[in-house]
Amino acid sequence: MLPYDFDYYLPKTVEEGVRLFQQLEREGKIPVYYSGGTEIITLGRLNLVETNAVIDIKAIGECKEFTIKDQQLIVGSALSLTAVEEKNVFPLLSKAASGVADHTARNKITVGGNICGQIFYREAVLPFLLTDSHVVIAGKNGLRQTPIHQLFKRNLKLQKGEFLVQLHTDRRFLRMPYVCVKRRQQWDTGYPLITVAVLKKEDETRIAISGLCPFPFRAFEMEKSIQQVGPLGDRIQEALRHVPQPVLDDVEGSSGYRVFVLEQMLQDLLRELEGNHP
Amino acid sequence: MISARLTVNDEEREIAFWPSDTLLFVLRERLGLTGAKPGCLNGDCGACTVNVNGTAMKSCLMLAVEGMNQTIRTIEGLKDSPIQHAFIEHFAFQCGYCTPGFIMNINSLLKKHPNADDSTIKEFLSSNICRCTGYQEIEKAVKSLLKINREDKAGLPNDE
Repeated sequence: MLPYDFDYYLPKTVEEGVRLFQQLEREGKIPVYYSGGTEIITLGRLNLVETNAVIDIKAIGECKEFTIKDQQLIVGSALSLTAVEEKNVFPLLSKAASGVADHTARNKITVGGNICGQIFYREAVLPFLLTDSHVVIAGKNGLRQTPIHQLFKRNLKLQKGEFLVQLHTDRRFLRMPYVCVKRRQQWDTGYPLITVAVLKKEDETRIAISGLCPFPFRAFEMEKSIQQVGPLGDRIQEALRHVPQPVLDDVEGSSGYRVFVLEQMLQDLLRELEGNHP
Repeated sequence: MISARLTVNDEEREIAFWPSDTLLFVLRERLGLTGAKPGCLNGDCGACTVNVNGTAMKSCLMLAVEGMNQTIRTIEGLKDSPIQHAFIEHFAFQCGYCTPGFIMNINSLLKKHPNADDSTIKEFLSSNICRCTGYQEIEKAVKSLLKINREDKAGLPNDE
């Protein structure tokens, strides 16, 4: 039970959803878009989310779309993580999504909800960062499609009243070699420490990381170091000089421990993708 | 407060609740169905798991209003089911508090993956926490049903 009440709306179209948001704001309400809703419910219970009007986007067709059209995989933001996992059209996305929370929770957590959430981890965004995907955003001026790198800077930078409708990924990326590993401090079910996803696009090695910093990121600068010629260990040491700041330092792992774990993960994952290196 | 119709355990019920009420709260406090247990109330422990359209859902992570036009099944809707028998036969519980959540999760597992492999079973069971540490017996109970399922897939309610 949440400690406060709100009105609940279930728009059927993108336009209706956006219009509702504007209308509710004009009426002095504090609307929020709601997809899986797990974060709104859990943080709401602790009074960490303020809203008195919830706009559930799960009945909007575009937000539930999962198809390949014009050589693009279209992933609706309101699809649950398990729905995406089970389709397994984009194996890297299936793998990254399967690391979020637990199986039952992922029946409720959605792709868009994970990407737009407040938690640090947000692993579902990693495959889209690695594949230079585009995001489709709904707002008062209609739909706009933008490269994810322009909008995702630690968080998805949405304007007030906007919501994430879809993610579009060039289908050529769907079958490229990848590895994606999630390390936990304890066992298989402990709290997450770091997730590293690596995609090999011809000779290019792409890296995206979650859990190292308080935000997921595409490691462009680290990738440049990894691309250099030389022993793998040296390239990784050089790459670690470009780790963004701050590195998380909490009860799950100190900053030094997290960087140590990252180094070992890069050794393992790059060996696997690049073959044997000295 | 809104008045809405929820379909729970094959019965349509007209109930008044607040849009911010979780499904867990409405099941227990409005419908008197106390089988789904409040544990962490944070989506971690799985004690409140129910089935929604045949899929396992943590009812503390779902608003009751999201349950409109869906088929909801709680532990009370599984009467004398093979899963319940398997739990008894394999001593798959101790204090029993987590048991309804485990059973509803496994009910969904059996319907979706009647021949689940070990990794699928582990994947599903990791959604629920038992603090009496009875996991091995629970796993045995699940596996005994998979064997039965290969011979006879009947006996499970069809909510999909």
